Amino acid sequence: MAYTKRLDGRKNNELRPMEAKASVVPNADGSASFKIGKTWAIAAVYGPREIFPRFLANPKTGIIRCHYSMMPFSGSGERIRPGRSRRAQEISMVMENALNPVIDLSAFPNTVVDIFVELPQTDAGTRCAAISAAAIALADAGIPMTDMVSSVAVGQVDGTVVADLMYNEEAYPAIVSDVPVAMLHNTKEITLLQMDGEISREDLMKALEIAKDATEKVYQEQMKALQEKFTKTEQK
Amino acid sequence: MIINREQIWELAAQGKRLDGRELEEYRSPITVDLNISWTAEGSSRVQIGETVVIAGVKLSIEKPYNDTPDEGGITVNAELTPLSSSEYESGPPGTKSIELARVIDRGIREAKAIDLKNLCIEAGEKAWFVTVDIITINDAGNLFDASGIAVLAALKTAHYPVVDSNTGAINYKEKTTETIRLNKEPVSATVYKINGKFLVDPTIQEEKSADARLTIASDKKGTISAIQKGGDAPLSLEETDAMIQIALEKATFLREELNKFVK
Repeated sequence: MAYTKRLDGRKNNELRPMEAKASVVPNADGSASFKIGKTWAIAAVYGPREIFPRFLANPKTGIIRCHYSMMPFSGSGERIRPGRSRRAQEISMVMENALNPVIDLSAFPNTVVDIFVELPQTDAGTRCAAISAAAIALADAGIPMTDMVSSVAVGQVDGTVVADLMYNEEAYPAIVSDVPVAMLHNTKEITLLQMDGEISREDLMKALEIAKDATEKVYQEQMKALQEKFTKTEQK
Repeated sequence: MIINREQIWELAAQGKRLDGRELEEYRSPITVDLNISWTAEGSSRVQIGETVVIAGVKLSIEKPYNDTPDEGGITVNAELTPLSSSEYESGPPGTKSIELARVIDRGIREAKAIDLKNLCIEAGEKAWFVTVDIITINDAGNLFDASGIAVLAALKTAHYPVVDSNTGAINYKEKTTETIRLNKEPVSATVYKINGKFLVDPTIQEEKSADARLTIASDKKGTISAIQKGGDAPLSLEETDAMIQIALEKATFLREELNKFVK
C-alpha cells in the first residue's frame, strides 16, 4: 500500500499549522516562541556578552553558542532525564552551523551570543522548530543578520515525498526518510541538512525542491511575528 | 543588573515599593494555562507579572522501595534554565534550584496531598511514581509561589496513561479519564522581610535586597505542611508569627486565583 493519503489529511507539501511570536522572555535580549503542529520551541538570546571559559574567545569576531533542550516531559514516551544528552549536544552543534552563515558578529570580538531553546512539547521536527525559533529570537535581539534562516523537515513516507513529517509519519511501518532542512531566504542556500532512514537520490532532490517552498512558508510566519512585535513597539 | 537596595529599603520603611505596589500586593496578571504540553500527563504554565514557569507531570511504573512496598512515590524537580535569566548557567542543578524543588516537594509530600498507597498497583512489585518538573521561562522574582501553583495545577490536570493489560507496558500516547487523587491542595506563599517590613511577591531587585524570607505551604484549612526560612537575617518570634499570618492569607488568595482557571 502506497502512502497516498497523509495520516492527518494534509496535502503532501502542506505544513502543520504554525504560530510564532517574538519577545516572549522579557529577561532575554531577544526571544521567540515557535509552534508547528504539536511541536513547540521557546528560544531566548543573551548577548553579545562576555565569554566563559575565556579560551573560547575569538579576537576577530563574536561567536554564537546554541543550547538545545527538551523539557523532561516533552517526549512522547517516558520522562527524559534532565541534562545534556549526546543527541542534544549534536543538535546544538548543527543549530550553530545552520545559523552561523547569516550572523555577523565582527563588530563584537571576544564575545558570545548564547541561544537557549527549550521545548515544552514535541511531535517530530524539533531541531527545525528550534532553528526557526532561534532565528526569530536573534532578529528580535537586534543581532546583525544578512539573511533569515527558516527550517522545516521534508522526507519520504513509503515512496511519497512530503513536507513537515509528524511523529506518526516518522514511525510509519514502511521505508521512511526524515530530512531536516534549513534554508536561507534570499539565496535558498542550505545550512542544515541531515537524513534519517532511506531515500533515493531522485526522491531526495524532489524533497529538497519541496523544502524551498516549505521553508518559505516558515519564513512568512517568522516575519509576521517580527512585524507584529516591531509595529507594537512603534505604537507605544 | 543594578540593584537599588537603598531605595528599596527607604521605600519599604514608608510601606512603599519601587513599582508602586502595596507591600502585600501581588503583581498582575496572575494567569494559569492548563494542559500546555500534550506529552506530559498533566501540565501548566503560570505567570505572575513577568515571572513565567512551566510545570509538567510524568508518571511511570516502578518497583516500590523495600521499606514501603505498598506505596508509590512523588518527586519534584526544578530547573532554573539559562533561558530564563542571565544569572543561570547550563549544567547540573545548583543549590537554588534544589532548594526550590525540595520546598515545593515537601509542601505536597508532608501534607499527604497524594496518598502514596493509592499509587500502589501490586504490593512489592509495581506502583506509580509521579515526577513533576518545574522549568523556569522568565525569572522576574518569586519563583517559589509561581512554582507552587504551577505544580499543583499540573497535578490537578494529570491523567493516568493507558496500561496494556497483557504486557503491562505504558502507552503514553493515550490517557485514561482517571486523575491523580488529591486529598489536599497545599499552596506555597512566601513573605519577605526588608528593613523591618514584610512584603510578598518580590521582584528580582526586592529579592536581592531582602534580609530574610519565609515560605509557608498550607492547605485550605490553614494547616501548614512545609516551612523554609531563607536569607541569613534572624527573625524574632513575633516577626515569624506575623509572617506566617500573611503567608496563610496569601495562600488563600493564590488558591482563589488558581481556582479561577481550574474547574
